[in-house]
Amino acid sequence: MRTKSRLGKYWLYIPLVLMAVFYLLPMYVMLVTGFKSFEEIDLKTMWVLPKGVAFINYIEAWMKLSPSLLNSFMMVIPAALISSALGSLNGFVLAKWKFRGADVVFPFILFGMFIPYQSILIPLVQFMKAMGITGLPGLALAHVIYGIPITTLTFRNYYASLPQELLEAAKMDGADMLGIYRHILLPISLPSFVVVLIWQFTSAWNDFLFAVVLTGNEEWPITVALNNMAGSQIIAWNVQMAGSLLAALPTLLVYIFLGRYFLRGLLAGSLKG
Amino acid sequence: MRRDKDRFLNILLISPSILAVFIFVYAFIGWSARVSLSKWKGLTADYTWNSINNYLELFADPRFHVDIRNTLIFTGVFVIGSILLGFLLAVMLDQGLKGEGFFRSLFLFPMAISYIVTGVVWRWLMNPAMTGSRVTGLNILFQNLGLDFLANTWYTTPTWGMASIALAAIWQMSGYTMALYLAGLRAIPQELREAAQIDGANEFQIYRHIMLPLLAPVTLSALIILGHMSLKVFDLIVAVANKQLPLDVPAIYMWQVTFDGLFYGKGAAIGIILLISVAVLIIPYIRYTLKTEAQQ
Repeated sequence: MRTKSRLGKYWLYIPLVLMAVFYLLPMYVMLVTGFKSFEEIDLKTMWVLPKGVAFINYIEAWMKLSPSLLNSFMMVIPAALISSALGSLNGFVLAKWKFRGADVVFPFILFGMFIPYQSILIPLVQFMKAMGITGLPGLALAHVIYGIPITTLTFRNYYASLPQELLEAAKMDGADMLGIYRHILLPISLPSFVVVLIWQFTSAWNDFLFAVVLTGNEEWPITVALNNMAGSQIIAWNVQMAGSLLAALPTLLVYIFLGRYFLRGLLAGSLKG
Repeated sequence: MRRDKDRFLNILLISPSILAVFIFVYAFIGWSARVSLSKWKGLTADYTWNSINNYLELFADPRFHVDIRNTLIFTGVFVIGSILLGFLLAVMLDQGLKGEGFFRSLFLFPMAISYIVTGVVWRWLMNPAMTGSRVTGLNILFQNLGLDFLANTWYTTPTWGMASIALAAIWQMSGYTMALYLAGLRAIPQELREAAQIDGANEFQIYRHIMLPLLAPVTLSALIILGHMSLKVFDLIVAVANKQLPLDVPAIYMWQVTFDGLFYGKGAAIGIILLISVAVLIIPYIRYTLKTEAQQ
């Protein structure tokens, strides 16, 4: 039905292609400028293709940004792993092993996902300082904790969609709670783990606010380092654009290869998973 | 016996998370609220009672008025733009054309990129020079295409400069509304569409009278999610324009007054005002979502 009577719809490719151009414009500028030599970067010829491929920009940007790229990886990977693991356990308890008050606790956890972080920023900095958890470990901890609401939500919704009989049968066989989690739920949780992991990876990688208050010069993750590089007058545009691509690449690659799961994380974030 | 053990275990499993969220969200909000009622200014904490004076000062502060105006402009342009564009894209992609998956991925990819990268690139695209040797970015592109009338001063335009920041945000987030609408459209049973076609409705009428009303919950979600995002906008503005007064928003004011000006009392007050504005949108939304979920 859907394909029939749709033959006359080929004109739709015109607006679609125009929109595709709109979405690609910034990427085009980023790529084209990143490959231009220093002599070629001129305001007038911004949209012109480069004459050659100046990889030197990427080398220069890499020299400047590689420490902060490494910082980002070192902070983001443990943060994503830990908050996903916690989310899975929480989701299991909230969906399948409800304790008294679970239905009251859940919306309170959920609200944590939406708060403007400006409302907790001052205590966060004070608390971390008082506890002596500074720099990257502190930043990772913040991402773990503020990630709990969305990871819990995603797993809870997934586990709630599984039939209760699955658990009842295992209980009859004498499995206890941890056994049910480990042997029944965990093995079928892989897709949800992928969703949650890439969601946490992306949001922690792209975060700027926590990074800028919780880390100093040496420990800057990539977003802070890139913003400072772009703010300086000394660094040429071609290097800045090369740097932007380096900063965007890890999450872009995740998106390109695991886009399907990325989309499910997105929908979960609007409580529509 | 084992039931007791299980009950104990499940509390044990979830309590670290509950405790962490309780401290990092609710206790910190309380702490912020207390700071907002203090005279704390400077590096050492000072909890001297100041009643609601920080709030009163803010509401009398011309800079905060600019912030509210800017937030309203940003929210209006960003939310309406993203919803309209997202809806149109979703409807176009819902026609079963070849290459649908390709276009869908393309419209959605900016979501994977940080606001900082978006801001750094858009800052250059929206270079405010309009004539002379400094003209570049989109303005020179418009010139070359003979669309000179489109050239403008972008984010340096008085009052409406915020709208161009919203344009960059629409670029980033319209794919998200598209995804929400597509998911909504796919959930509408095909029979409804066919029944309407049999009744002689044309494609436009079908979308206008059948799809759009059925998509109302999606529109509501999009409104609330995008609306609460625009109250929090910060990174994107910092990356496009750094911290200029004409593009000031509460989050930037909070930043400067707290971490540059060390006026913690006032910074905390801005944080709490932001929290209340978000809560007004989000709390009913969470309740509504959980209620509809329970009914199913």
